[in-house]
Amino acid sequence: MPAAAKLTEPEVTTDLALEHGLSASEYASIVETLGHTPTYTELGIYAVMWSEHCSYKSSIKVLKTLPRSGQHLLVEAGEENAGLIDIGGGLAVAFKIESHNHPSAIEPYQGAATGVGGIMRDIFTMGARPIACLNSLRFGELDDPHNRFLLDQVVRGIGDYGNCLGVPTVGGEVVISAAYQGNPLVNAMAVGIVRHDQVASAIAKGTGNPVYMVGSKTGRDGIHGATFASEALSDESAARKSNVQVGDPFTEKLLLEASLELAKRPFLVGMQDMGAAGLTCSASEMAAKGAAGIRLQLDAVPLRETGMTPYEIMLSESQERMLVVIQKGFEAELEAIFAHWDLACVAVGKVTDTGRLEVFLGAALVADVPCQDLVLGGGAPQLDLPSVRPAYLDDLPRIDMTDIPEPTDFNRTLRKLLGRPNITHKGFVFEQYDSTVRTNTVQGPGGDAAVIRIKGTGLALALSTDGNGRYVYLNPFVGGSIAVAEAARNVVCAGGRPLGITNCLNFGNPNDPEIFYQFKEAVAGIKAACEALGTPVTGGNVSFYNENPAGAVHPTPVIGMVGLVEDLKHITTPALKEEGDFVIAIGSINGELGGSEYLAMQQPDLAGQPPMLDLETERHVQAVCREGITSGLVTAAHDISDGGLAVCLAEMMLAGADGLGAEIHVSRRLRNDEILFGESQSTIIVTIIEENLLDLQRIAMQEQVPCTTIGRVTAGNRLKINDIIDLSRKVMGKAYFLSLAKIMGA
Amino acid sequence: MRARITIMPKEGILDPQGVTVAKALAELGIKGIGEVRMGKFVELQLPKLTRKKAEAVTAAACDRLLANPNIEGYQFDIVEGD
Amino acid sequence: MRFAVLVFPGANCDHDAYHALRHVLGAEAFYVWHREESLAGYDAVIIPGGFSYGDYLRSGAIARFAPVMEAVRKMAADGAPVLGICNGFQILVEAGLLPGALISNADLRFVSRMVRLKPEHTDSIFTASLDTERSYAMPVAHRGGNFFASPEQLAELADHGQIAFRYVDDRGRQTATANPNGSLENIAGVFNRQRNVLGLMPHPERAVEALVGSADGLALLKSMAGIA
Repeated sequence: MPAAAKLTEPEVTTDLALEHGLSASEYASIVETLGHTPTYTELGIYAVMWSEHCSYKSSIKVLKTLPRSGQHLLVEAGEENAGLIDIGGGLAVAFKIESHNHPSAIEPYQGAATGVGGIMRDIFTMGARPIACLNSLRFGELDDPHNRFLLDQVVRGIGDYGNCLGVPTVGGEVVISAAYQGNPLVNAMAVGIVRHDQVASAIAKGTGNPVYMVGSKTGRDGIHGATFASEALSDESAARKSNVQVGDPFTEKLLLEASLELAKRPFLVGMQDMGAAGLTCSASEMAAKGAAGIRLQLDAVPLRETGMTPYEIMLSESQERMLVVIQKGFEAELEAIFAHWDLACVAVGKVTDTGRLEVFLGAALVADVPCQDLVLGGGAPQLDLPSVRPAYLDDLPRIDMTDIPEPTDFNRTLRKLLGRPNITHKGFVFEQYDSTVRTNTVQGPGGDAAVIRIKGTGLALALSTDGNGRYVYLNPFVGGSIAVAEAARNVVCAGGRPLGITNCLNFGNPNDPEIFYQFKEAVAGIKAACEALGTPVTGGNVSFYNENPAGAVHPTPVIGMVGLVEDLKHITTPALKEEGDFVIAIGSINGELGGSEYLAMQQPDLAGQPPMLDLETERHVQAVCREGITSGLVTAAHDISDGGLAVCLAEMMLAGADGLGAEIHVSRRLRNDEILFGESQSTIIVTIIEENLLDLQRIAMQEQVPCTTIGRVTAGNRLKINDIIDLSRKVMGKAYFLSLAKIMGA
Repeated sequence: MRARITIMPKEGILDPQGVTVAKALAELGIKGIGEVRMGKFVELQLPKLTRKKAEAVTAAACDRLLANPNIEGYQFDIVEGD
Repeated sequence: MRFAVLVFPGANCDHDAYHALRHVLGAEAFYVWHREESLAGYDAVIIPGGFSYGDYLRSGAIARFAPVMEAVRKMAADGAPVLGICNGFQILVEAGLLPGALISNADLRFVSRMVRLKPEHTDSIFTASLDTERSYAMPVAHRGGNFFASPEQLAELADHGQIAFRYVDDRGRQTATANPNGSLENIAGVFNRQRNVLGLMPHPERAVEALVGSADGLALLKSMAGIA
């Protein structure tokens, strides 16, 4: 057993504090609170807890403006490891999305794998069994071999971890844009189910109760991971690789089973994952939540490496570890659970009534800090950063359609669009994820939203992630709103009622006022949409400093939406069903091309405005679709998004049975490319059987939403639109299904 | 010439394979084994190269492809013959 | 019939097998921890899929030494039905209870998709109620399911009717695209000589409800459970 090192700690100075990422005034306030110069370990503790990653110091004031309560919310955002929403029958859904962008840029396989591992622990430390995982990924252009390498490794990392854990990966997105060159975005969302009476809290209380570390041993992995995520990627950080965390999904699987067993026991007081800032963060947050203190004896911590200092033990981000507090007297019961699963389970301290985090090595007190002073909502700094409207927003060129010649061959344009990395079928990615384990996956990857049934209830969950960085770049407020609206629309198309969101906000350096403006505006857009659609924010994660030497990535808020399917009969897919069905557009086709995939294909520079979004209209369109589905009228549904109407219809046809096609006529005073490829928001294409037309129109009339018959499902395997598109299933299928594997050289 | 390359997880990097195999060996009752580390063994055929050139080529192969510099270290021997 | 569903550390389809047997088929199924030394009182064994011991050494290589495996050996020798699915197939092969080897998928990637299987024989407890003229849809989800055997072994398997299932396309043809992992001669599952031990890579236990993709796996499990 490796032993902790003898104490020879560097002298703490203001310079050293600055090197740790603290500001001079933050350091001064630490000295004042402690009443003395901090020890080296104390400095490390403050530095990670007050880092952007743990304290959300730049973002928290803005985040607090989001709607964070609702009738079904069981815990408010930020209170626990993940959000919790009641779904009836004594059950609740726990869910959260989190980024692992910076680790994935440096070491894509392990970065993505440990990202999945971390978000899973956030779910099962609440006592919830993870039932689904989704991933929202962004990479630079795939003609660069390094970006193909990143995509390949990230997908393998996610797959190897989630597959081994036995949690199905059921959806997400893969977006390719030059804006993510050198700084990929890897956002993972996990969803779990828990009985109300088995929800575990991340709390430490009850003086004298023992504090345990369970799971893997502690090594030097990821020390300063939290501070690392709080600075932009430089060549220096690319070189500073030695502390990479390695994921161990086998241990995580054991930890998952042991934790869920523990959550059922009444003697459990609280547990928390050791993620960013490891033992420091879990101990201080749990104690602060319980208005208690924790005394740690570091000699007891099981170490993987020799010579680890208290500083290193407190800051280690070794994976697959958790901190557990139980009622005194149940030590043997706890240890038996973990022994059964062959996991380490060691008492490392006690709950106290001092409100302080006291850290001992032998008899030496190496750190003694008030817990409340360390944590978000307590003493951690909260900044008011300046924001300035970026000049580019006022200089964006208008789209001059006369500069864009209309295609002469629309069939060719549609084929090309179907083969674009952002539109093409992502089978190459999804088939590397086990999407069927646990036998609940009704709709796996590739639909508008994934649908997971909940055994023994007659209910299902509809899950989606969404975010369009191009739209947000062009108009941060509208882009933020669209991300929420589209995620909700996807859930509605699948037959669900949107319940709430988790968000992962990926932006550049917040100290750049123009970046901070993007952030504030995007959050304001998210707020407006959440309020309009009745979907509170249950929590999430902010990832700043997503930059490469050329600048910041597109501002990319990713929305993870959870919806409830109240009856399995409501589950709806995009696939065309029967010859003769009417094809209906709910909402209007406005042909907006700003920020569209079509425009990106025709001209590299971003221009114009993203599609307009009227939140009232959006709400009514969703209501029509939902009522159409719940009253049994709608046989297929798919919203217009990337690639516009033509791509939407092609996807519906390709998802449907061999033999079916569609014949569509849309008459608008617009250019043909606007009609076919415009990305109008608030438009859902549905199919119904002919005799239900009046019923659907009545619903639409009540909601005052346009509801236009645009064509029919036909036999014959051809998609025909307005006499300008006429393509066979075979030709479209080749472009749609085979392009990504071809690009990836598989 | 031939290069015989051993690639191992770096000191201090978690090695889940090694840990799991060590536990299984203990379970089987094979005594006296401490820590287990698992890596890879790679052989390269290097016909027509001088020893010095062979060393340079092997190091380049390890640095750029065979080893993951984030988590793995390597060492190699250049031996005569095929 | 009482089923034992073995649970190894890292198994993750134990729950799927248990659900299929107990809640869909209404059979008597029980979890059995890998440290158990006896399977007395059970009539059949299912070794479910997953990643026993993380598959960190070789798939199934460590699990084969589990205490419960001695009891599995004994049951197999006594003629009781033993079914290994996915990682369970790998464990049975490593344990020497089934012939051949399972190596990495030909494209070295994990593969998760629906495949179609065609049974070769109906004279086994697992396939008695199956139809050799049709194919059955079941999902696969594995990284090391590429069946390999020497030419001599292969000839022997064919001679003794030990090839249980082959991957086929939706028209029943043995094609390369129907084969998800590069398995020799599209072999998806094999029997032991007595045909009371079956291993297959696809997941019949995940194909028991049309709602989640397919109910074609029911026929196999029903055969095994002796339910007509």
